[in-house]
Amino acid sequence: MMAGSLILQTGTRLLLPLLLLFSVFLLLRGHDEPGGGFIAGLVAAMAFALYMFAFDVYKARAILRIDPRNMLGIGLLLATVSGVPALLQGRAYLTSLWWDVEVPLFGELKLSTPLVFDIGVYLVVIGTVLTIVLALAEAEE
Amino acid sequence: MTAEPLLAILVGVLFATATYLMLRRSLVKLVIGLILLSNAANLLIFATSGLTRGAPPLIPEGMLTPEGPVADPLPQALILTAIVISFGVLAFAVVLIHRAYEVVGADDLDEMKDTDT
Amino acid sequence: MLFAILSIFVVAALAPVVHRATGRHSGWVLALLPAALFVYFASFVPTVAAGETVRLAWQWMPGLDVQFSFLIDGLSLMFALLIAGIGVFVVSYAGRYLEGHRDLGRFYVLILSFMGSMLGLVLADNIILMFIFWELTSITSYLLIGFNHEQLKARKAALQGLIVTVGGGLALLAGLVLLGVASGSWELSEILAGEDSLHEHALYLPLVILILLGTFTKSAQFPFHFWLPNAMAAPTPVSAYLHSATMVKAGVYLMARLNPELGGTELWTWTLGLFGAVTMFTGAWMAIQSTEIKKLLAYSTVMALGTLTMLIGIDSPYAAMAGATFLLAHSLYKGALFMLAGSIDHGTGEKEVPNMGGLRRAMPLTAAFSVIAALSLAGLPPLFGFVGKELMLEAALGAPDALGVVLPLLAVASAILVVAVAAIVGLRPFFGARPEYARTPHESPGAMLAGPAVLATLGLIFGIFPALAQPLVVATATSIHGADPEMQLKLWHGINLPLGLSLLSLAAGLVIYRFWDSVRAGIGRVMAPAFRVAPERGYDRFMDGLVWFSAFQTRVLQNGYLRTYVMVTMLTTVALVLATFATLGGLEITVSFADILVHEWVIAALVALAALFVATTNSRLAAVASLGIIGFGVSLIYVFFSAPDLGITQVLVETLTVILLVLVLFRLPGFLKFSNPLTRVRDVIASLVVGVTMTAVLMATLGVQYFPAISEYHIAESEPSAYGRNIVNVILVDFRALDTLGELFVLALAAVGVYAMIKFRAEDRKS
Repeated sequence: MMAGSLILQTGTRLLLPLLLLFSVFLLLRGHDEPGGGFIAGLVAAMAFALYMFAFDVYKARAILRIDPRNMLGIGLLLATVSGVPALLQGRAYLTSLWWDVEVPLFGELKLSTPLVFDIGVYLVVIGTVLTIVLALAEAEE
Repeated sequence: MTAEPLLAILVGVLFATATYLMLRRSLVKLVIGLILLSNAANLLIFATSGLTRGAPPLIPEGMLTPEGPVADPLPQALILTAIVISFGVLAFAVVLIHRAYEVVGADDLDEMKDTDT
Repeated sequence: MLFAILSIFVVAALAPVVHRATGRHSGWVLALLPAALFVYFASFVPTVAAGETVRLAWQWMPGLDVQFSFLIDGLSLMFALLIAGIGVFVVSYAGRYLEGHRDLGRFYVLILSFMGSMLGLVLADNIILMFIFWELTSITSYLLIGFNHEQLKARKAALQGLIVTVGGGLALLAGLVLLGVASGSWELSEILAGEDSLHEHALYLPLVILILLGTFTKSAQFPFHFWLPNAMAAPTPVSAYLHSATMVKAGVYLMARLNPELGGTELWTWTLGLFGAVTMFTGAWMAIQSTEIKKLLAYSTVMALGTLTMLIGIDSPYAAMAGATFLLAHSLYKGALFMLAGSIDHGTGEKEVPNMGGLRRAMPLTAAFSVIAALSLAGLPPLFGFVGKELMLEAALGAPDALGVVLPLLAVASAILVVAVAAIVGLRPFFGARPEYARTPHESPGAMLAGPAVLATLGLIFGIFPALAQPLVVATATSIHGADPEMQLKLWHGINLPLGLSLLSLAAGLVIYRFWDSVRAGIGRVMAPAFRVAPERGYDRFMDGLVWFSAFQTRVLQNGYLRTYVMVTMLTTVALVLATFATLGGLEITVSFADILVHEWVIAALVALAALFVATTNSRLAAVASLGIIGFGVSLIYVFFSAPDLGITQVLVETLTVILLVLVLFRLPGFLKFSNPLTRVRDVIASLVVGVTMTAVLMATLGVQYFPAISEYHIAESEPSAYGRNIVNVILVDFRALDTLGELFVLALAAVGVYAMIKFRAEDRKS
């Protein structure tokens, strides 16, 4: 694997947190503006892929901390489970439910099952892309 | 009717080139044909629902419905997942082909017609 | 009721555990379940005998008119009692017969599942539900026949039974759907209670033929009778249960069930009457030529099934009574005889009747019960079989038109042969000189004699006191006939024609028994050419043809050349699309290129040129770069036409695709020119046809909208009920979240697949 240049490495160090922050922003605003789990997941995956190109696979895995396959599993679990509360209320699976939660110092927070679902989508997309890309890059070495 | 006839022709070109590439014996061309094919299919769905300029399916803040007509959101939702999925499938196909190439040792699809290698 | 049937499947699933826990007494323990069910069903007898029916229903798939609905009337109750009652003895018998067999646990699972399916079949009111249970009996009996799966013979017989019965089941499904359509109801109780007769309905002929195909194959009617004797490869308890009392009677059950609605026409009477009578005679005729005891019994079962079919076809009060009586009598003596045959095998290791004899001292109880059951089979007083046979002859004599001559003739001929068969299985093994046996003959244990004892004795008790069986038999006959036959069961009918025929058949039958060995040899010589055209040969030919055809079509269609598949798929699509255009009356395309902006022209032209370049270039780098142009061009098109989410997604995926191609594609060899100019010209033409067709499709759809788009709802409800202003995202995570969930799983599968392919290769290399 090609060793990244110093400029690329430094730039990536700065870019990674920004891109991740941006992806979370895209995820959370996705219900109202362009964005959402798919797009946000692709951005986050791209950020890590960039990091992998700038450094190497092992550094990328290290900064990821969690194995992308686990991320995939957690994402599927979240998306699947987000439909269960509706079942418990006797409604069709995946019917959306909304709660307004008062958080001290923070104000009103809107919690919903579609949000949980979208976080699941986000994690599955990151997990899928990184599982594939990291495995391919590792095979090359 | 806006630009649908233009897209119709473009979709035709994409389908034709994709088909031609998939009829080659080269593995790599098959993969490229696959990419073109998924783009062609997505555009086909996109165009059949009608094209709208400058009216994305978003609702302005504080409103309950969009002002005036907007583009059809349903095909957009379908295509959005289709794009991501076709990436997953493409990755699978590419790796599978790579693996097959390692085993058979040729870029020639005709070499792969036997199940026992 | 639902609980009763489900409980069997639950217990079936737990049976291996029970077996391990209770050891050699597992048969008795598991027999408690059918015993409890028998008591439960018996509690319905007073209600049903009073002429009432019970219907119980639970919703399953209301939108499809499929529900768990059960109907208890005379017919279904009679069957349910036989299934549960004989089931008690079969399970306990199997516990001893297969003692020490390593797969006994599996056997319990299968036999109990079969019992549940059979009960569901006879009790179901919904015809779709009934069909599901019908197929379940085919599958479980397949597994039971092939229980000794190490033997080629068993596997072959199991497959044969499965193919014949499931093939018939396919016809049955079509027939039942037609029945549902024609009658307008999917509940048997409503169909039977319907005011309008189906006789005049346009679908009457096809639905009768299809349903009869299903019932004839299941109940081994001529010419499908061959699978039943082969099914004797199964362990003896299975033969006793499936092939005497239950599974093969499923077809008879369905014909009896539908007789009030479908019967009464010439088609019905003649088909059932003739096929039944021919089956009856074929069964008896083949039985007399067999030497293996289980084969003899199997063919006599074929004969009994033919008799029942014939009686249903005749459809007189006499025939209905005869059918009900014969059904009960046959289940009792045939169940007993099969178990006793197993007992002889168990005690001596001998299966061939000509090698048997003189066992009455070593196996006194087996001998005694065999004689009683055989007397019932032969139809001698004072056994219940006699009551059934007298009624049967009476009914055959009363058949309409020419059938009134043909049926009695065949019935008497069969009766003569059956007397001989009864003597062969009931007398021959126990009297006369005692040859050498593989094992020292010894009496069977209690568990294996309890069933025959009870069943044979019941045949005797019902014969002497027919009034005991009267309520249930009359209720059953009422269901078969559609009206109360208003008859009394009697042992003694006075001196009449049937009695005379009985005496004739007894005398002639005993003569045949006396000279059995030479009769068998004689028939064997005469019949040898006939076996070459026997129906089973047809089955063999059919199977050979099937194998040949699948090899042929694999060679032609799946030749391993990907190009062929692509070509066939694409051109088929084109052909179908063009055919649709043709049937809709040609294309109507009105397009105008007036309202297209300059930048749209530019982008479209760029994408099209890039695509053409990709198709012709020989440089991989150039190809990948052009793919990038196409991807970004398409994303711009999305953005131009109000799809910002799509535009963003497309750009991101495009970038990832390039990464992917860089990582993999460049490790493949460069482009090579494989094809010659001629194939290239052919491929260009094919591609052009595909492209032009797709353009035509798109243009043709532009002016058409058949129904209002569902998106109107999505746009209107996005903010008010889903609290989201990005409608595309709301559709993805809320309105159509289940679709998205499915797509997530596809993604996960692709990732896992890629991971596996790469990592397993790495391990291959290491090793």
